Amino acid sequence: MIELIVAERCTDCGACIEVCPANVLDPGRDGLPILARVEDCQTCFMCELYCRADAIYVAPDCDRRVSVSKDEVLASGRLGQYRKHSGWDEWAEHFPNEQWLMEAVFRRAAEAAAQPKARKPGVTGQK
Amino acid sequence: MTNSSGRAEKLSSSAGSIVFDADVLVLGGGPAGTWAAISAAEHGARVVLADKGFCGTSGATAAAGTGVWYVDPVPERREAAMASREKLGGYLQDRRWMARVLDQTYAQSNQLAEWGYPYPADEDGKPQRNSLQGPEYMRLMRKRTKQAGVTILDHSPALELLVDGNGVVAGAAGLRRQKGDRWAVNAKAVVIATGGCAFLSKTLGSNVLTGDGYLLAAEAGAEFTSMEFSNAYAISPAFGSVTKTLFYSWASFTDEQGSVIPGASSKGGRSVIARALRKGPVYAQLDQAQAETQRHMRASQPNFFLPFDRTGIDPFTERFPITLRLEGTVRGTGGLRIVDDSCATTVPGLYAAGDAATRELICGGFTGSGSHNAAWAMSSGYWAGQGAAEFARQLGTTIGRQAFRRGTVGLRSGSGQPMHGGALARSVQDEVFPYELNYFREAGRLGDSLRRLDGLWSEASNAAASDEQELLRAREAAAMLATARWMYRSALARQESRGMHRRDDYPEPDDRYLHLVTTGGLDDVWTSARPLVSAQYSEAAE
Ligand SMILES: Cc1cc2nc3c(=O)[nH]c(=O)nc-3n(C[C@H](O)[C@H](O)[C@H](O)COP(=O)(O)OP(=O)(O)OC[C@H]3O[C@@H](n4cnc5c(N)ncnc54)[C@H](O)[C@@H]3O)c2cc1C
Ligand code: SF4
Ligand code: SF4
Repeated sequence: MIELIVAERCTDCGACIEVCPANVLDPGRDGLPILARVEDCQTCFMCELYCRADAIYVAPDCDRRVSVSKDEVLASGRLGQYRKHSGWDEWAEHFPNEQWLMEAVFRRAAEAAAQPKARKPGVTGQK
Repeated sequence: MTNSSGRAEKLSSSAGSIVFDADVLVLGGGPAGTWAAISAAEHGARVVLADKGFCGTSGATAAAGTGVWYVDPVPERREAAMASREKLGGYLQDRRWMARVLDQTYAQSNQLAEWGYPYPADEDGKPQRNSLQGPEYMRLMRKRTKQAGVTILDHSPALELLVDGNGVVAGAAGLRRQKGDRWAVNAKAVVIATGGCAFLSKTLGSNVLTGDGYLLAAEAGAEFTSMEFSNAYAISPAFGSVTKTLFYSWASFTDEQGSVIPGASSKGGRSVIARALRKGPVYAQLDQAQAETQRHMRASQPNFFLPFDRTGIDPFTERFPITLRLEGTVRGTGGLRIVDDSCATTVPGLYAAGDAATRELICGGFTGSGSHNAAWAMSSGYWAGQGAAEFARQLGTTIGRQAFRRGTVGLRSGSGQPMHGGALARSVQDEVFPYELNYFREAGRLGDSLRRLDGLWSEASNAAASDEQELLRAREAAAMLATARWMYRSALARQESRGMHRRDDYPEPDDRYLHLVTTGGLDDVWTSARPLVSAQYSEAAE
């Protein structure tokens, strides 16, 4: 669930408030968005994609709150990583959309499923 | 009643509510809803689209991305594509619909390329159009929806339908969450594209999908079909939301002690995992993926790795705990019954598309995830938008038409305690999450569960109206409850195992059930059997 907005990075553009499908954030009085309804967060990571300032951290835990240290998150290099790897905005040229590789992945998944029958009984080819 | 701009007209915005006048109202702004809105606008309608979240990021596709059933129009390939899942689907599909969807999906995917979707090319320069990156696709769809002149209402969940004195759908009403007021749209036709119901299981992008569209359509008298095929469960890390089961094709599954669980597999062996999870934790490790596969996995699906990178787990070399999350009708095939090629429902003026509609026509009883559902969302969206625009045109002027609100539970006051959405949602989850109830079904357990669910329904329908803050949660919980009751009633009616529906007491398919199960009703839930189209044809020929 969303656990952190790094105040120094946030430009108060309001994008996260607008795009969050679960309406987790509210505009704050002093500018910064407020994590108003974290318990509604569906851990979809969409707010991170739309934050051009890379100020948002969504913790991977979707069923419970975890404590997150700002310094650790800043040091980890995780801020903005998803936006980068998804080839958004300025990353479009560096990380082109390679979703199509799924085709090869699917094919190999089917092969993997077909091969070691002995170890994986009952394979039916379900996706 | 057209205005010069071709846009839906804002009628008033008195304190506390805003009212629009439109030809077509689309509820839901995922792929199905946006395609429907664009198609209706292209066919001359003034269109409003209302989404519970934000059109462009909300729903299963935006967060997850999809493989698409895109098959070149080469007869042998098309034939193979149609034949490949017939057995899995339990032979309930309809060949004519499969062919239509393949044609339509091909055309619309090519349209996306023209609109600038960055389809990549393979090593030989051939464009690859059989998958769509979710956020990118839906960002483009939002842009095209706006360009088509559609008025988009974000953060505006629909709560109920409006119906005229003749039972014809006349619009809908809902909330504007970020404005703190209400909306109403008077429309000549409505498309339900609110997605499926994943019961707030936190499966990726799906907590906005609580079956709301089913409930409000049912209140106007709509019918459902194939609701027994609604028990799709997907693998995710135990703590995380990313339900991408395909990547577990390379996993080995182990128990607490580290012993391999015999027969456990993401394909075909998922029931073994479900059984093992009832006894204790289950771990996975993607230790069978070679280096190149690992690289492709990362490049194609960056979000798969978020839960791992953020907990410092290397999924290829380390074991991590997993769970199975219920995806209900999102990766099931049940939904609103459609009665003709334009995706009309049984209620005049009401159309359905995407996961809100049944996918039995192309998937039968087995999940259409992986490609079919995305193809269905596009095609059915396009047809429903066109059908709704045509219906609106034929209806002509509706000045002076009276519209009545059809919402019931949670909205109209009864004599009981006010409904508590959160508590009710948890009670429904207690009936639909457990593997021994929903994954492995059996008459006694289903019957007991239904009695409890029916009890919850009578309580909910006698409850006092919810206050403004609670309204959305109450309606969502009521929709989940109604969905659970259609699911289990249908599951009881199908006394066999077919597709994803497994009965412990009837473990084999039985030809006497080579038909479809229709269901509906709110206070009294009913089911009935419908012959397959192929059976009707052969009868007619005899
Ligand atoms: C993890 C995951 C992976 C998947 N992978 C694939 C795949 O590879 N291939 C494939 O074919 N399919 C896949 N699917 C299924 C696919 O995502 C869906 O079939 C598809 O998103 C359906 O489109 P839709 O427009 O009907 O619904 P959605 O995309 O779910 O959109 C529904 C919209 O309705 C809105 N809404 C809900 N309630 C209301 C309300 N009361 N009022 C107004 N709006 C409302 C929601 O906010 C949402 O925007 C996957 C699903 C998941 C969960
Ligand atoms: S999107 Fe980022 S920069 Fe914009 S308001 Fe939200 S946190 Fe701040
Ligand atoms: S992860 Fe998704 S639900 Fe959570 S705050 Fe971000 S956008 Fe909203």
